[in-house]
Amino acid sequence: MSSTTSIFAIILSAVLTNNFIFSQFLGCCPFLGCSSKIDTAAGMGLAVTFVMGLASAICWLVNCLLVKLGLGFLQTIAYILVIAALVQFIEMFLKKSIPSLYSALGIYLPLITTNCAVLGVVLLNTQYSFGFLQSVVYGVFGGLGFMLAICLFASVREKLEFADYPESFEGFPICLVSAGLLALAFMGFSGMKIG
Amino acid sequence: MNIKQQFKEGLITNNPVLVQLIGMCATMAITTSLFNGIGMGLSVLVILTCCNVVISLIRKVIPNDIRLAIFVLVIAGFVTIVDLLLQAYVPALSASLGVFIPLIVVNCIIIGRAEAFCQKNPVGPSFFDGIFQGLGYTLVLIAMCVIRELLGKGSFGTGIINTIDGVIGTGNGIQVFPSEYGALVLTLPIGGFITLGCLIALMQYALRKSAEKKEAKEKALAAQEKEAA
Repeated sequence: MSSTTSIFAIILSAVLTNNFIFSQFLGCCPFLGCSSKIDTAAGMGLAVTFVMGLASAICWLVNCLLVKLGLGFLQTIAYILVIAALVQFIEMFLKKSIPSLYSALGIYLPLITTNCAVLGVVLLNTQYSFGFLQSVVYGVFGGLGFMLAICLFASVREKLEFADYPESFEGFPICLVSAGLLALAFMGFSGMKIG
Repeated sequence: MNIKQQFKEGLITNNPVLVQLIGMCATMAITTSLFNGIGMGLSVLVILTCCNVVISLIRKVIPNDIRLAIFVLVIAGFVTIVDLLLQAYVPALSASLGVFIPLIVVNCIIIGRAEAFCQKNPVGPSFFDGIFQGLGYTLVLIAMCVIRELLGKGSFGTGIINTIDGVIGTGNGIQVFPSEYGALVLTLPIGGFITLGCLIALMQYALRKSAEKKEAKEKALAAQEKEAA
């Protein structure tokens, strides 16, 4: 993708063909850790979408500033600071206005800071040299793609409780294998690419 | 805690990926060639060791409330240093790992070790913790790369063995069997999920077996003592 990619192509790619989890492996930790129930998965997806959209917008502005000042090498540090501040802000906001969602997300809320999908989307925006609108669209729909993936996976996991699998696969391994099979389904959107 | 025990913990009993289950994104994403795996593993090892030492040095002056922010800042600093060094000296690695080098900032291994180990321990053990945990991570990456590359493309050591003019990152490695017979699916994202799942399952199996063995041994010992008495 590049700065000339159309908005529609970005949307399609972010949600389906280049899904953040299934084809780019960004955001696997909350994907595996927060997907035992559909409700929490949806809440997590929403929160991540929100943070990704906002972070894309703010970091685009920050990057403009850094480039103007000739401090491009500070990119990573500046981005992670913006994201950490943003998450802290959202945490305070949720605690005050939507306490139910706040307690449902629990420990995973501060962990959005270390969600690679958020830092990943911001870095990719810079790498593809996206404009402001493209960045925000990529952020929001990347987040929606994440939400789609985590909700699908949560519903698979709820069924897994009744499945009979070897004892050694208990816990994470069986989750990873089923995530792999879901990724196989998502590959249908882009087709078998070689190399 | 002695070094031997730390060595065993980092590599096997408390391996970051296979037992602590952290830092999995990069583990699944970049393990498509041996070159990537070793490069990523060594980068994480260097960053982890440096961060461990620094965080352990300043552990007494960090206010508890903002410790995570400070950890992240320290980590981001070292990641930027390594990122720029790789861009300058090993551009091939920088190009093939792409966004996953700056993403080491949010790799749970480093923040996890800072939180779980360096906060409470002096510089010496923290230094060795960084090296051994980093080695454990590198070993898992290498295992994943070898499996995925061999079964997926039939080759071994892409980018490291048989380099063109000795430039690291070029060349196709050793072709063990023709690539059209490989299970292509293993080199795709799906392969990452499934290979890692199987590796963790294998680890759980091994740990369970060794625990059972230990238990049986102790039982036998106890029975012997009883008989002797």
